[in-house]
Amino acid sequence: MSRISSTFENLRKRGEKALITFLTAGDPSIEVSEQIVHTLVNAGVDLIELGVPFSDPSADGPTIQKASERALGAGASLTGILAMVSRVRQHTNVPIVLMGYYNPILQYDPGKFSRDAAQAGVDGVLLVDLPPEESEELHPHLKKAGIDLITLLTPTTDPERSAKLSAQGEGFLYYVSMTGVTGSKKVDSMAIEESVRRLKAQCNVPVAVGFGISTAEEARSIAHFSDAVVVGSALVKLIAEYQHSPALLDEVAAFASRLKSAVKLAPQNDDFSHNKNENAM
Amino acid sequence: MNYHQPDNRGHFGVFGGRYVAETLMPALLELDKAYRDAKKDPEFLKEFQDYLGHYVGRPSPLYFAQRLTRYCGGARIYLKREDLNHTGAHKVNNTIGQALLARRMGKSNVIAETGAGQHGVATATVAALFEMNCKVFMGKEDIRRQSLNVFRMKLLGAQVESVASGTSTLKDAMNEALRHWVTHVRDTFYVIGTVAGPHPYPMMVRDFQAVIGQEAREQMLQDAGQLPDAAVACIGGGSNAMGLFYPFLKDEHVRLIGVEAAGLGVESGRHAASICAGSIGVLHGNKTYLLQDRDGQIEHAHSISAGLDYPGVGPEHAHLKDIGRAEYVAVTDEEALSAFRRLTELEGIIPALESAHAVAQVMKMAPQMSSDQSILVCLSGRGDKDIHTVAEAMGIDL
Repeated sequence: MSRISSTFENLRKRGEKALITFLTAGDPSIEVSEQIVHTLVNAGVDLIELGVPFSDPSADGPTIQKASERALGAGASLTGILAMVSRVRQHTNVPIVLMGYYNPILQYDPGKFSRDAAQAGVDGVLLVDLPPEESEELHPHLKKAGIDLITLLTPTTDPERSAKLSAQGEGFLYYVSMTGVTGSKKVDSMAIEESVRRLKAQCNVPVAVGFGISTAEEARSIAHFSDAVVVGSALVKLIAEYQHSPALLDEVAAFASRLKSAVKLAPQNDDFSHNKNENAM
Repeated sequence: MNYHQPDNRGHFGVFGGRYVAETLMPALLELDKAYRDAKKDPEFLKEFQDYLGHYVGRPSPLYFAQRLTRYCGGARIYLKREDLNHTGAHKVNNTIGQALLARRMGKSNVIAETGAGQHGVATATVAALFEMNCKVFMGKEDIRRQSLNVFRMKLLGAQVESVASGTSTLKDAMNEALRHWVTHVRDTFYVIGTVAGPHPYPMMVRDFQAVIGQEAREQMLQDAGQLPDAAVACIGGGSNAMGLFYPFLKDEHVRLIGVEAAGLGVESGRHAASICAGSIGVLHGNKTYLLQDRDGQIEHAHSISAGLDYPGVGPEHAHLKDIGRAEYVAVTDEEALSAFRRLTELEGIIPALESAHAVAQVMKMAPQMSSDQSILVCLSGRGDKDIHTVAEAMGIDL
């Protein structure tokens, strides 16, 4: 069983939902972001999404745009990020998903990337500008290397396409909670509950919800009906705020713990999801 | 030559495609379907033709540049006068087409990205004409160097959004337009100004611009009695070039030459010559030649001409380069400036700095050719917008 599947399986057994956090690898530097990853894991984060910075992040809001600029300015590259993952991997079994844009992987070479990423201990890849229609250049390589290609679904995905894509889901499905860029506005949990429940009926993997979730309260309300909650821009904002402060890691730990408690304590009234997860494992 | 591109998912050979966020995929599929339906609808085509005729002022003239020909001392030089179109460039051919399509799809908000401001003006113009709300994204640096066009857009009722991220030029304006579109995709039509972006844009913009080559081909046969030996156009994203080339693809003896911006010289590293000096990558929804580093980060483009200042190129040009049907060369800022002045002095025609790149290439080629040969060049826009840039380059304070 993959690290992603076994993580969700263990959480399910304990009756918990997963907390996924996103940070841009190399922001503010590779060394510091490596420390942040350890801090997050120690604070109870269940899955780490590491952003691979790109010069033209056209699906990201200002917070992650600036993080990408800081990381690139500090010399982050895919090679350096894979080296960081392999160091992190020596200390933890937390699943790690690389998130970003396709071009850096295309330049690295899809086949070589898949082999090197698997070697480093990467569990999944999520590319915002690589829809399933264009993924044949990369997907077979990832499959061979045992890395999940995470599928994104959005409020604009029509039911037919949604059913097709979710049936092919690997690892987990990432439901983008709104039409917009990362970190742009407050999430409306009522509006997305129905979509998430529909998705869960269609797929064999857990469903994570992300984009626009920034507080423990919001995380709790989403965890009520999803299998996992993704918090990205809010953490990246915190990192930006404290990047020059000795309190950085403490602040990150406190924020992640608050989120984790909220997600963990989300009511478990969702029998349907329970059954589906059992089928999935 | 048997040429059927792109395939039904928008691939021109290995180039093109739809590399976009999932949020946009349904909108692109809807647009693709709407465009395919419209293309078969005689009503739509008639309306498009009517606006091109009565509003844009087509057909645009083909002009034999007698003095420039004599000056170069070789091939006969013909100018396809897109600069005489309403709004002063070829861009309006495409915005009329896309605005009609937006109206047909029931979308009343349009957005656009712009570099030199020509596409922004052309979009603001049709938005006024068809009573649409219009927002134009433009790099802060371009707003500075194209203040005249910014004011024109505002007069036309458009909102101009200054983009200060990245290099503050065309590529960043496109990023910001994509971000806005992803957020307002349900009621917004994105009017892309060049033959780039995700499918169906490269195909659709080519089809709307193909009127340039269709007219020019007929006009050459009528006026010169023969097809040209070469057809030349400048390339940023490549819409005027694609519009000129497309109807000539099957005329294999007609050389097709795209002119990129070499900026301060291709070897200087400060240029916008994506085909001549770039490599294959994915940006703004399509796979094509890009200026990028080894890690796949997009590099800054440079050109004196804001409309060519883009680190990518339309995917169909990348394909035409690969199959050898078109040739691509690059012309420096200095050569373009010199051609700008020469055409102005010899013919009384002030070209856009973009178009001056094509003229500069023609001035290099014509002397090597004989007087019974001919070159067709697309004069894609007029140069009024560039007067300040040219004065600055000449060290003159206006």
